[in-house]
Amino acid sequence: MKYYDKLIFELSKPGRTGYSLPASSACGTADALPDGLKRGAAPALPEVCEIDVVRHYTNLSQMNFGVDTGFYPLGSCTMKYNPKINEEVAAMPGFTGLHPLQPAETVKGVQTVYDEMDKALAAITGMKHFTFLPCAGAHGELTGLMLMREYHMSRGDLARTKVIVPDSAHGTNPASAAVCGLEIVVVKSRENGLVDVESLKPLLGPDIAGIMMTNPNTLGLFERDIKEIAALVHGCGGLLYYDGANMNPLLGVVRPGDMGFDIMHLNLHKTFSTPHGGGGPGSGPVGVADRVVPFLQIPRVSGFHGNFGIILRAYAYILMLGRENIRMAGRLATLGANYIKESLKDCYKLPIPTVCKHEFVFDGLINDGAREGVAGATTLDVAKRLLDYGFHAPTIYFPLLFHQAIMIEPTETESLETLDSFIGVMRKIAEEAAADPEMLHSAPHNTPIGRPDETTAARQPVLKYAA
Amino acid sequence: MGSFCYFPQTEEDIRVMLDRIGVSSLDDLYSDVPADFIYRGEYDLPSALSEQQVRDYFEGLAARNSRLKVFVGQGAYDHYTPSVISYITSRSEFLTAYTPYQCEISQGTLRYIFEWQSMICALTGLDVANASMYDGPTAAAEAVRMCVASTKKRNSVVIAASLLPNVIDTVRTYAKYAGINIIVAEDVAAAAGGTADLAGILVPSVNRYGIVEDLSGLVGLAHDAGALLVEYCDPSALAVVRTPAEWGADVAVGDGQSLGIPLCYGGPYVGFMACTTACMRKLPGRIVGQTTDASGKRCFVLTLQAREQHIRREKATSNICSNESLMALWCTVYLSLMGPEGLRKVNELSHAGARYLHDALLATGKFSDPFEGKYFLKEFVLAPKCDVPELQKALLGAGYFAALQTDEGYVTFCVTEKHSRAELDEIVNIVKAI
Amino acid sequence: MSKVLEGLLYSESHEWVKVDGNIAIIGVSDFAQSEMGDITYVDMPDIDDEVAKGEDFGALESVKASSELYSPVSGTVVARNDELEDKPELINEDAYTAWIIKVEMSDKAELENLLSPAKYSEIAG
Repeated sequence: MKYYDKLIFELSKPGRTGYSLPASSACGTADALPDGLKRGAAPALPEVCEIDVVRHYTNLSQMNFGVDTGFYPLGSCTMKYNPKINEEVAAMPGFTGLHPLQPAETVKGVQTVYDEMDKALAAITGMKHFTFLPCAGAHGELTGLMLMREYHMSRGDLARTKVIVPDSAHGTNPASAAVCGLEIVVVKSRENGLVDVESLKPLLGPDIAGIMMTNPNTLGLFERDIKEIAALVHGCGGLLYYDGANMNPLLGVVRPGDMGFDIMHLNLHKTFSTPHGGGGPGSGPVGVADRVVPFLQIPRVSGFHGNFGIILRAYAYILMLGRENIRMAGRLATLGANYIKESLKDCYKLPIPTVCKHEFVFDGLINDGAREGVAGATTLDVAKRLLDYGFHAPTIYFPLLFHQAIMIEPTETESLETLDSFIGVMRKIAEEAAADPEMLHSAPHNTPIGRPDETTAARQPVLKYAA
Repeated sequence: MGSFCYFPQTEEDIRVMLDRIGVSSLDDLYSDVPADFIYRGEYDLPSALSEQQVRDYFEGLAARNSRLKVFVGQGAYDHYTPSVISYITSRSEFLTAYTPYQCEISQGTLRYIFEWQSMICALTGLDVANASMYDGPTAAAEAVRMCVASTKKRNSVVIAASLLPNVIDTVRTYAKYAGINIIVAEDVAAAAGGTADLAGILVPSVNRYGIVEDLSGLVGLAHDAGALLVEYCDPSALAVVRTPAEWGADVAVGDGQSLGIPLCYGGPYVGFMACTTACMRKLPGRIVGQTTDASGKRCFVLTLQAREQHIRREKATSNICSNESLMALWCTVYLSLMGPEGLRKVNELSHAGARYLHDALLATGKFSDPFEGKYFLKEFVLAPKCDVPELQKALLGAGYFAALQTDEGYVTFCVTEKHSRAELDEIVNIVKAI
Repeated sequence: MSKVLEGLLYSESHEWVKVDGNIAIIGVSDFAQSEMGDITYVDMPDIDDEVAKGEDFGALESVKASSELYSPVSGTVVARNDELEDKPELINEDAYTAWIIKVEMSDKAELENLLSPAKYSEIAG
């Protein structure tokens, strides 16, 4: 990757154009906007030619790392390969040219996609039906919680205003609950990383709307007490919400509906191979069990029909997988994670040594090289050094249960050779840390930029271009 | 197992890995899962298709949709998409990247988000923009939450009845669960004046009838009450209409779809959100900022993250995590190509066509103009004096999606720079013939 | 080893209080600032806002973290240190001169539950 230091605004020259439009309207000239409704000065947009635009963004892309560039073991993000046929399907003019308010009889193909997706996701998850309106995972969480509230309200059960969230949950869980007007009650994890059933019991009561669970949790551990947890929560009148962010290891193995969950979301951009696009667009369909089905159509949570283009991609992937290959997806993801864990546990601290699912968490280096006057190498140092070797870093400093968390998720689409090469580099970094932690403190050394001054960025924010 | 093109593991590889782990089968990796949860049945899914079969299948589905000439807007506008854009956005370094948490290898994403923020600021005239929201309606809903969060002990937001229906509905949904009181008003000024705990006012810049609204007096009304003024905008139109900053708005939101994003049956689109510096700390979502690296090189990072859910959890300004980054790139490339002049021209051409169609339709005698004398841009409504289903059927029969009926019983039309005079004349002729 | 200043009272959540008649001047301890690292923003209440003992009145932010500020006393905010708006680093430089808010106390008896410097030294080692 080479450093390229332009912003599109800096290529601008008055009089240049990158557009190609009819010179004038065949319908005559427009009447001018009344003065009071008219904009003053023209917006300060760049004036550039087409080739400037193409080269600029091509140069920018070359400072970026994607799944197509290399291994991306980012824990909890499920950076699996994004099949190219998905992109072609989503780009078919018979889909891209459709207006969202077209009459039903003109979008029969679209309706089939939604119907079949609903059926496929129901089969995969054991839920009854899905809504496709949510545009991302967190949006799905919010929608699911709205459905939870509708369910209780419909029964006149208005006192249920609290939702239980484990301390290991993704930040979106408590944030979504807050946006949905629910109060958050945190349930602690035990030493073994699992929800503490004994701590859960006293929290349950007539004010509990439900519990949000990620299973496997953010430590990559299957919540094996889920049966008892489901019985307890249902027993107190609450519902169980399944955060599908970590669904990948269960793909083709376990169905959340069978575990007793009433409402769940899926991240199509994780489990179902659609690209992350540098942070979206995603899609977060919400599935519900029988008793929540009547409320599925209630909340309008986005403008039209959800991110249809993403739903198309995910359905293409499901058709490629089929009932034959789906059985291997979760199992191979779990295989890869355990293989890395077992191959590195002599170099990195493994706080919870049991079998993991799609991901696992180390708590920093065993030997960080700390000595008199020299600070040891941290998780941040390891992450930055990985970039030098051509790998994306794992998720770091999450979950918050450990101080030096390194969360690794390989996914099922990586070969043994790729995993071995990653393992080799992680071992090499551990050796480097032991020998010369200072060198790691200043990593990365081979990337377009070095470590940024984030403190100044936050203290004196510069958030837009100024000529 | 049979081989599958997305799974690289051979039988031998699997054996090697299982041996390293010290278990004998893949199912042993699920020994922590209660046995009755392991799904033993056959998944009720189609049998795996080959890539060609997948392509054929979707081509078949696509063919079951009617590709119409679109003369309806209502939040999704059929503007022309320059061919450059999809070439850029399909570059896999952009397409297959995650959120730019590792900034040293994400400068591409971070730079285009910074450019997007800058362009949204240029269009709205406001100081700060975020990295994107899901779509316009959710951006509006978040802005309403922002009003309440920014003002103390105030819980009511007055929103204009002339906003797009899906904006009103989405705002209402979010507000319902957050316990925010929403007042939908025909006369916004009167409603705001009569609301004791006013936290904000949400009004459209160009309304659901395509009319450019006069927002005079609203900012004073809002600020005198200690409330925020929020404007819902069509970003394409902002090239020509008075900006949120010029009206004195504190927050501007809207949907980036009109900046060259294909209709795609409603998504993915992209919401935008901009505000004044005073409201910056209440902005939801990601924000990119400029800084320098250790050697002094200019670089870009995610900043002000302490507002966000991964740090602030239940006290975050929003729950948003993934946004619509790639669609923000789509709009950024579009705006780079169009520049101020191109975007102005898009508005001019669209308006000229809309004005022509409007006048020609009125001249048929089959409609009246419910908003006579009001200035509309590319979209307009007429009150029909003819049979609407028959009209729609005739248009559809000729391949036109037009004259969508609104809740009030009007029919709505939208014309963009894509549409030719011949098409407009054909629509008029169809109308004449019914 | 972080500094604990004599003549102040402390809370278990690492705020300090300097009592000046009926006014409590509130800041965070040296230990709190060193735990946070570079402070990038101080979220402060407005003048005339009510604060309650044990409830949060604002937050300290760093690049990757946020820490709530809990009021050691109840009362009304009568002043806030606006200098921190542009220079949050003042807290890193000297946590005991960079006060955050001044509160007119509604119940001075609440001071009795706060920690002495000696007691606080035990938890802010």
